[in-house]
Amino acid sequence: MSEANTTAKRGSVVGVSPAEWRGLGQHPILMKGNEAIAEAAIQAGCKAFFGYPITPQNEVPEYMSAHMERRAQETGGAQGGVFVQAESEVAAINMCYGAAATGARVMTSSSSPGMALKQEGISYMSGADLPVFMVNVSRCGPGLGGILPAQGDYFMATRGGGNGDYRTPVYAPAYIQEAADLTFHAFDVAEKYRTPVMMLIDGMLGQMMEPVEIKPRPPIAADKSWCTDGDTSNRKPRVINSLSLLGDVLEQQNIERFQKYAQIERECVLVENTVQEGDEIAIVAYGVPARIAQNAIEELAAKGIRAGLVRPITLWPFPYDTFQQLPASVKNILVIELSMGQMVEDVKLGVNGTRPVHFHGRSGGMVFEPAEIADKVREIISTSSKGDL
Amino acid sequence: MNKMVFSGFGGQGILVLAEVVATLAMKKGNHVTWMPSYGAEMRGGTANCAVITSDRIIGSPLVQSNIDILVAMNQPSVDKFLPKVRAGGLVLVNASIVTEDVQARRTDVDVLAIDATNIAVDIGNLRVANMVMLAGFLKKTDLFTLDDITDVLHERFAGARSKDLIPLNVQAIERGLM
Repeated sequence: MSEANTTAKRGSVVGVSPAEWRGLGQHPILMKGNEAIAEAAIQAGCKAFFGYPITPQNEVPEYMSAHMERRAQETGGAQGGVFVQAESEVAAINMCYGAAATGARVMTSSSSPGMALKQEGISYMSGADLPVFMVNVSRCGPGLGGILPAQGDYFMATRGGGNGDYRTPVYAPAYIQEAADLTFHAFDVAEKYRTPVMMLIDGMLGQMMEPVEIKPRPPIAADKSWCTDGDTSNRKPRVINSLSLLGDVLEQQNIERFQKYAQIERECVLVENTVQEGDEIAIVAYGVPARIAQNAIEELAAKGIRAGLVRPITLWPFPYDTFQQLPASVKNILVIELSMGQMVEDVKLGVNGTRPVHFHGRSGGMVFEPAEIADKVREIISTSSKGDL
Repeated sequence: MNKMVFSGFGGQGILVLAEVVATLAMKKGNHVTWMPSYGAEMRGGTANCAVITSDRIIGSPLVQSNIDILVAMNQPSVDKFLPKVRAGGLVLVNASIVTEDVQARRTDVDVLAIDATNIAVDIGNLRVANMVMLAGFLKKTDLFTLDDITDVLHERFAGARSKDLIPLNVQAIERGLM
């Protein structure tokens, strides 16, 4: 793929471009996605990790258990800190609540059913305006499902499985270098906007290895005047709580929180868009499926069919605007997901009836091949199939 | 671009072998993906790993067809992946376990049989059979040299306990070259 074709709308606190995310570093090492995220988290200043085992994310807590305390000893506390294997996912997310309230950078990770268990805590942390970095290395479901890769957690991640009015920024990297770089970014975003932030990847990205270079950058300076930091002077006591029994008070809190969400929507959208004038169709995919789509696009190009890729990197805030800016040559949209169809609903909101939106999904851990996507594109183009508006 | 599949029994060192080859390609400045089949595999079951090397950004990390290089350490691996090797592709077979004449089944690919498990047992450690297979890469490709491998082994097995294993691993490759 030509790097020159890659454009991305960049959030205000992003320090790197997608070209850098996917380029080879000077001294890359081969790392699993799970390990790269864990190491990046440590270098991003994660002070406490709380988790509970579940495949296919186990390398994250495994790495943290091996490195958090040792790194703290080696660096005199500059990096690393606490690792706790909690007694359950519910306990882990509530430990995150407590540790985050002190102003520390905290993290948890899990996989789909485990993430479902954390939803109550995520809602509470959103209600208490607490930052946390959460990684969901998703598997196929519903229920216990299986450990193979899937993207059926899009709704849970972007709509929230917890109760009440809240949103969660969600990052969906497609490359391990990008996952490492976005880990630094996610901690910054969580702290700047005082919100839980999720990274949603499928088991493939967690389990595979690619060359990666962990590129540390200093954390953005965030306001910590809200922390319960143990100050015993006579300053006004600080209370961190999501309980609010007075209607007018809670409504005002929610209005202010949604002003914050509106700010995130303005400032934090990330998307890769390779669609060019002359392309007949835009394929929309996130995570590893976007890479499979890229192969399909190259396969189609060899046969004279022009297609481009729209790859949302943030799933919330979603890059709705991108779909209003597509060139007139694009007559159809194809959304591919490792699910029965979830992101496709956001794409339809973005497209807003201007073009037919088609969907091709696999689930249960089955993964489409590039040829399967290319066939679907040919079918759409040849039959002028109507799709959904 | 090279699309490779490494396959064998769990415990035969398939993932480490694939990691060594992926690291060697990375050191040559290539983009690399290493993708294990991480389903319900266990020791004694089948394990396989896809490695793609390319001078460009790699799309899908999966290798589902058109395999350029297959390393098959047991018979189920031959049965599963031999049909997916592209015409003109390279197949390295562990001849100690796979007794079938693989070349007879696919006359359009280049087959090299290596007595990997027997060589490994002969030099005293069954577990270096995976490294013997690297000799096949040295004989049949110009992807890397024995010196390159030795450098990577020194990094991969730098730990105090594993360091002693380096000479054995190098010996395994050298025996495979004979």
